Amino acid sequence: MPITKRLTKALKSVALRRGLISLALFFISWELCARFQVPILGAIPAPTEVLASLAHEIVSGYYWRSWGTSLARILTGFVIAQILGVPLGLLLGFSRKAKEIVFPLIEIMRPVPPLAWVPVSVVFWPSAEMSMIFVTFLGAFFTVVLNIVEGIAAIDVRYLRAAASLGSTRRDIFWRVMLPASLPSVLVGMTVGMGITWCVVVAAEMIATNTGLGYLTWRGYVAGEFPLIVVGMLSIGLAGYLSSALIRRIGLHFTPWLSSQ
Amino acid sequence: MGNGGSISVKEATKVYDPDGAKVLALDRCSLEIGPGEFSVVVGPSGCGKTTLLNAIAGFHELTAGEILLDGQTLSSPGKPAKPGSDRIVVFQNGALFPWMTILENVAFGPLAQKKMTVPEAREKALKTLETMGLTLIAQDYPGQISSGMRRRAEIARAMMCEPKVLLLDEPFRALDALTKIVAHQFLMEVYDAQKPTVFFITHDLDEAIFLASKVYVMTTRPASIKKILDVTLPRPRDYRLLASLEYQRLKAECQDAVREEALKAFSAGEREM
Amino acid sequence: MSVGIGGRLEARNLAKTYELKSGPREVISDFNLTLEPDTLTVVMGPSGCGKSALINLLAGYEDPTGGEIYLDGKRVQGPGPDRLVVFQETALFPWLTTFENVAYGPKIRKELKGANLERTVLDLLKLVGLEEFRDKYPSQLSGGMQRRAELARALINQPQATLLDEPFRGLDALTRSLMRDYYLDLFEKRKGTHLFVTAELDEGLTLADSLVIVTNRPATVKKILKVDLPRPRVEAIRAEKEYLALKAEALELLHEEAIKSFKAGGLNSADFVGAYAALA
Repeated sequence: MPITKRLTKALKSVALRRGLISLALFFISWELCARFQVPILGAIPAPTEVLASLAHEIVSGYYWRSWGTSLARILTGFVIAQILGVPLGLLLGFSRKAKEIVFPLIEIMRPVPPLAWVPVSVVFWPSAEMSMIFVTFLGAFFTVVLNIVEGIAAIDVRYLRAAASLGSTRRDIFWRVMLPASLPSVLVGMTVGMGITWCVVVAAEMIATNTGLGYLTWRGYVAGEFPLIVVGMLSIGLAGYLSSALIRRIGLHFTPWLSSQ
Repeated sequence: MGNGGSISVKEATKVYDPDGAKVLALDRCSLEIGPGEFSVVVGPSGCGKTTLLNAIAGFHELTAGEILLDGQTLSSPGKPAKPGSDRIVVFQNGALFPWMTILENVAFGPLAQKKMTVPEAREKALKTLETMGLTLIAQDYPGQISSGMRRRAEIARAMMCEPKVLLLDEPFRALDALTKIVAHQFLMEVYDAQKPTVFFITHDLDEAIFLASKVYVMTTRPASIKKILDVTLPRPRDYRLLASLEYQRLKAECQDAVREEALKAFSAGEREM
Repeated sequence: MSVGIGGRLEARNLAKTYELKSGPREVISDFNLTLEPDTLTVVMGPSGCGKSALINLLAGYEDPTGGEIYLDGKRVQGPGPDRLVVFQETALFPWLTTFENVAYGPKIRKELKGANLERTVLDLLKLVGLEEFRDKYPSQLSGGMQRRAELARALINQPQATLLDEPFRGLDALTRSLMRDYYLDLFEKRKGTHLFVTAELDEGLTLADSLVIVTNRPATVKKILKVDLPRPRVEAIRAEKEYLALKAEALELLHEEAIKSFKAGGLNSADFVGAYAALA
């Protein structure tokens, strides 16, 4: 279906109209709460103030540099997590021996929330930048490894049997069955991992540095510029959404059989 | 007993309208089911059999036409039938309440309709369970018994309400062919005891002919009645019937009608499952 | 494509016992069966009687705890392309297109390449009516098409024996009868040694050269009925006296086993014992 047709159809749908009404009501009541200084809720800056602050930030170099630094941290931590995590996950999924040796260690490390690593990594790594990338890496690493291991364990035995009957070697089974069959769960792991890295990086930036979107938000708080806090929050939300959407998009490209119902 | 009601469906039409894409599910479908008749509806998957059942049960509103129960209008456009205890549905996947014991499940109907007191309902439920050989599991929860047993408890729950009409949507779908033979004899016994009007949906022809007084073959979507087959095989019926010439003849006749429709659905690119 | 490539598959004194926590469970015991070359043998028995275990043993997915399997007189162990399985509800690789799925076997064994491979696959896809769907993924095919693709993926390897484990299970009865005709036609044209497991008696009798009735667990051969009806088979044979006599005999035997299976608490059937006892 052409995109314009889809759009007009979506606009006509009742569900969308109801959604828009709910959003409008939300913003209006927010604005009113702020205007009339409703106790507690009134302390939050009004949408119009937030918009003004956003307009101000959007033209400032500082705002965009904050985006850049946060993205760079996410990307580095995330990419390293994939480079190490994907092969490790595949190894653990494929070889029982490797799993029996390595898995207990992972099981011990995993329950420690990545943020709990911040103090120790600040001490451990020579620079704040490295320690932040390290915790970001941790956020994505375990999710990816575990998703791959579970994905391989969940492969329907019929596929393995069919492949064996058709004359596959162990090598064939790894490259032609286990790898593609576990790809969907690798992608789920990546999407979830991306969400976690954003949580981690924002918190780490508030604690350990004075750059990035996390710090931007924190600065709003410290300086008493409340509209800036909301601008920071919205920017982080948007950044998280965009990076997850990007991964899903890339994922669809590599798993065409899932999108072709 | 013979408390079955007569159903007449008159030019029933149903158009689904999800996102503006109109789908005609039922097209001026008419049929007359006599009181106490065991009617079985067969047709290709997705042909609208379930839509018709839902309209009779009162889950759907008709776009045009009407459905009468014992001469009274049950459903017409703008006035959908209300789901009611005179028409009980036994679902494909079972709908016993998991948080109630089998006894509580079976006693639920008359209590919900405030037709009986708790002790009365309990007593009657126990009696129903006994006649159906389910006494041993009265205190179990649905999750603790096997799927076939659940299906039976569900039929027991339906029969407690002494419905005029029993609506069954592929109740034995999950059972294999050999197990079905036994399940069918069980259903027949229940039917013979109360003689409700039965509206039974399936796409298994063996099942259809073995059970039915009349088989209605539906066309592919939009559904209407293509053929009505009178099954005059004597009752009570048992499995040996399956090897009789008359049975094979009926099955072949039914198969021809159904196959024509299946092929149409096939070439129309309809999904089969 | 050659015709009549079937081998002789023999099960001699086959036995399988699983060691479960609750103790040993004998699933197959003293099972003797010979599949003659280029015949179609149908196996029927109550659900949960061990038919799938039998397929797993013959295919080499599991090792028997007793007895041996011979193919053309030679003992076989482990899975291989000489005995191919067509699975319940298909095991097509979801990440490969129809073409790639069918080509998988000869490609990884490096038996066929390039244009040669392409031609062989396309010939077979044409035979099962899927040439237009060569680039679709399994999820884009209807249930019946998936089963046909699965048949093609097995047959391209020219196996000496084809093992079909309720291949049409889960299809609705109408699609199922169309699939049966497809399969029957394919078998009658190409032959091969086939073992076909089903729970539908009419389906079994229409296909079979011989019908093997298996007892309830532990599975052993209860009786082998020779189905000497002329080929090519058509639906109309079901009204013939010979067919009806065979069906009546098979029904008696199967019913006997079904009741035993209910009493023993067979899968999803134990529940009807009570009701049945009341009737009997």
